[in-house]
Amino acid sequence: MAITEVERRRGQLAALSIAAVVIIVGVPLWWRTTETYRAWLPVSQIKDLAKLQLHLSADVEVVFARGTVTPEQQKKVPLTQTQDEEHAVDEDTTLRYRYETKYRTATIMEEDALKKPTAAEADLSLHVLSESPCGSLVVYVIPESSSLLPEDVNVYIGQRRTALVRISAQMRVGKTLEQLLAHLEPRIKQVLQVMSFSHTDITVALSDRVRFRPGNKESIADSMRAFKSSPGYEITFSLLNPDPKSHQLHWDIEGAVQTYIQPLLTKLSPLANFSIDSQTLYYTMLGVTPRFDSSLEAYTLNADSLAHVINPVEARLGSNAASSNPVLNFLLYVPDIRHSPLYIHDHRKQEVPSNAFHSPRWGGIMVYNVNGFYGSETEFPVHVNINMAKVMGVFLAQLRLLLGVQSLSPPPGFLVAPCGSTGLADWELDRLMWSRSVENIATATTTITSLAQLLDQIGNIVINDNIAQQVSSAVTSLQLAMAELEVGNLGFALQYSKEAILASEKAFFDPSLLHLLYFPDDQKFAIYIPLFLPMCVPILLSMLKIVSEARQRRREKQAKKE
Amino acid sequence: MKILTLLGLLSACFLANSINIENSAGQFFSSGHTNNWAVLVCTSRFWFNYRHVANTLSVYRSVKRLGIPDSHIVLMLADDMACNHRNPKPATVFSHKNMELNVYGDDVEVDYRGYEVTVENFLRVLTGRLPPSTPRSKRLLSDDRSNILIYLTGHGGNGFLKFQDSEEISNVELADAFEQMWQKRRYNELLFIIDTCQGASMYERFYSPNIMALASSQVGEDSLSHQPDLAIGVHLMDRYTFYMLEFLEDIHPASKTNMNDLFKVCPKSQCVSTPGHRTDLFLRDPGSVLITDFFGSVRKVELTMDAINLTDPIKQMEENPVNGEEQKEVYSYADQLPVSEIIHQAELLLFFFPGSCVLLLFFCCYFQVCPCSLIWTQNRKLCATSTNRCLCAVSMVTSLSVKCNCLPVSVWRGHHEIQQKG
Repeated sequence: MAITEVERRRGQLAALSIAAVVIIVGVPLWWRTTETYRAWLPVSQIKDLAKLQLHLSADVEVVFARGTVTPEQQKKVPLTQTQDEEHAVDEDTTLRYRYETKYRTATIMEEDALKKPTAAEADLSLHVLSESPCGSLVVYVIPESSSLLPEDVNVYIGQRRTALVRISAQMRVGKTLEQLLAHLEPRIKQVLQVMSFSHTDITVALSDRVRFRPGNKESIADSMRAFKSSPGYEITFSLLNPDPKSHQLHWDIEGAVQTYIQPLLTKLSPLANFSIDSQTLYYTMLGVTPRFDSSLEAYTLNADSLAHVINPVEARLGSNAASSNPVLNFLLYVPDIRHSPLYIHDHRKQEVPSNAFHSPRWGGIMVYNVNGFYGSETEFPVHVNINMAKVMGVFLAQLRLLLGVQSLSPPPGFLVAPCGSTGLADWELDRLMWSRSVENIATATTTITSLAQLLDQIGNIVINDNIAQQVSSAVTSLQLAMAELEVGNLGFALQYSKEAILASEKAFFDPSLLHLLYFPDDQKFAIYIPLFLPMCVPILLSMLKIVSEARQRRREKQAKKE
Repeated sequence: MKILTLLGLLSACFLANSINIENSAGQFFSSGHTNNWAVLVCTSRFWFNYRHVANTLSVYRSVKRLGIPDSHIVLMLADDMACNHRNPKPATVFSHKNMELNVYGDDVEVDYRGYEVTVENFLRVLTGRLPPSTPRSKRLLSDDRSNILIYLTGHGGNGFLKFQDSEEISNVELADAFEQMWQKRRYNELLFIIDTCQGASMYERFYSPNIMALASSQVGEDSLSHQPDLAIGVHLMDRYTFYMLEFLEDIHPASKTNMNDLFKVCPKSQCVSTPGHRTDLFLRDPGSVLITDFFGSVRKVELTMDAINLTDPIKQMEENPVNGEEQKEVYSYADQLPVSEIIHQAELLLFFFPGSCVLLLFFCCYFQVCPCSLIWTQNRKLCATSTNRCLCAVSMVTSLSVKCNCLPVSVWRGHHEIQQKG
């Protein structure tokens, strides 16, 4: 009996130790070997970013010219005011705008500049005196008697970052400084809406975060037209010659790009990289047959059929296959001799002066008629030199629209100077930089938060170290960008926001983030049961046996006691 | 009176026309998309699955005809039927019996072919997680204003679709992929069409907004094929896609047919299975969704009203000859095999081992009078007997000439150094 007792003891110990090994060593080992490697992500910081609080600040300097303030008021004038506006776009996004206005009087050199005959010259000489940093504005207040602005115009917006505001007649001398400031405030606010950022622009830029349906057709069209922010763009100029037997076309595209387009792109270089190429396509027809209008003795394309022009041509265009950047196509179509001249008519059957149309997020097409360059007796093919200035004028306008430089109609009483030879005014660049920074920040925050959410939801995606590092750098850049926006350093804010968006896109689209195959639960059981069940059954049964024996012994002991 | 009523009718007609023009202009912007993409996938291989390739190619043909360019179509065909050994008419894939319609044509651009059509590649295309070296034609470069059409066909079951006879994609994975696309705003609206057995199970698990789904059969039903062609020997098309193709042939780029008509395609009497659709995730009413919103590519167009007045003359870029010469970089190929160096080494060999020198070494070693004591000590044992000496001398000379052609150089250099030091 003693031997069987020892044996039974040994058996019990054996069973217990096997169970102990399985539970203490086996289960953690199995857990560790079947878990996916997930590097640490700064989840708490990402959660903070999910609630986006954007602070935008703009600096305005208001300069009073002689004749607008009395000498006593002049003594009080060097003062600074700050205004805050808060908007809640939705429950996760709030915006705060801060306008810092500094008032001062004009210096002698500025007074001389303001004495120039026209507003454009005054603008130029004022710019020569001082160059304002990007993101800030200077507003010159001129007296009502000044002859710089025409009669019905009260505000002139220059090509750089200056504006001229004329105070109205009732603000003659005798009023207090506070009244003067109160009178100027709505005007300055309007100027800020035009030259800096307006609430609608910023909310449109936030469209990645906030999916809302704006009311009217114009704002839908505006938000759909411009390309989304991207680190680079490819621009392709194509000359379409469907009739090389009749027209031998020559266009100096290199010179034209260098003279007209490159200055604009150089100015826009903080926003993105641009690469340009050009091509000539022969025997490419438009997909639509134009109609002959006998009253005009010309062929017409009406606005409804324009939508079907692009697709047959696009198949022939080819693309620069090197990068995944968005492509802007600008096509110059010279009609064949049988369909010359060709004019584009709008919905009201009026001729479009530029003879061109554009498609949102695609590019533009211009029709260039050459029938005026030769008579009917000439020998074909005719050699034609295309007037690149006219062509590039249209393409430049289309390029501005497609890149997001809005051509909004200014409020009444405003005169906006035509943009300079670069094709972009400084304040338009500032507007673009504001909206691009906000758009980049919004896109980067949504990318990061959705990536974190995704990795949380789908448990079997492997997170490598490089992804964790990209995410951390994106979070840091985002925080820096928001801090710079708050202070008002627009250039740095844009740069940090670009870094943030690059890092976040790289992390999100990393090829290693593909989730492992999904296994439904019944398949998981089907795999594990044949492995573990035969091992666990003897252990379980021996455990049960030990427990039942122990209980029996306790019962016997109790019975013995009684 | 009659003239008056006629005039009244005519004027009403004109009014209606003008209203129509305004409406069509407004409708341009109601769909909210600016470009169209299509992802068309055929998942089965082998000759008897000819009909799946024909399905996909016929949808590809319709989509191209209605305007989507090749650069915006990702076509994945798991097997090559047109050039299959068993195809009695090579380079053709027919969709109607008696070889009426060749859907292969001469303008087909297949982006993923053969074994490249895998679940992983399909998911990578959808989510955009492709390796950086992937060319543009293999990517789905959609943005938040793209309407995407996704068409899958092959063999499927309850909750899965078979790829290449070796792996499956489940409806949960597909739903997760679409959710990832939504998170990154890779589509504006998505139309998902699937023509497999029990196809409706594949769209049961979708949970992302703006997805409309159509399937050729419900759970528990099989999708059947349409008609065999006796000359080719296989079934040419599936029923659902056949009737859908017939429906699409009536659509032209300017047509106003809407989705409700597409839902009615192939009723049970023609299809034997019951096609299903799912629109609860879609925000717009299906009656206001045009077929061309997904199958075609009608571009939004705006007239350019302004032009910038450019007055500067074009800068003439002068070719400065000095600059031109400086800028010209001469490119040349790097030497893969330094032939000239090898020849030069051989020459070096011959230079340092002229025939008389070799003979001299040979005799020196044979007669144990070596110029270099080092060689002598190394080979001393070997050179005991005369025959050995002969052999050893030969071996030494050959090894010298082959291995240590630098020996004379080092001797030379050593000599040179001694001279320098001295």
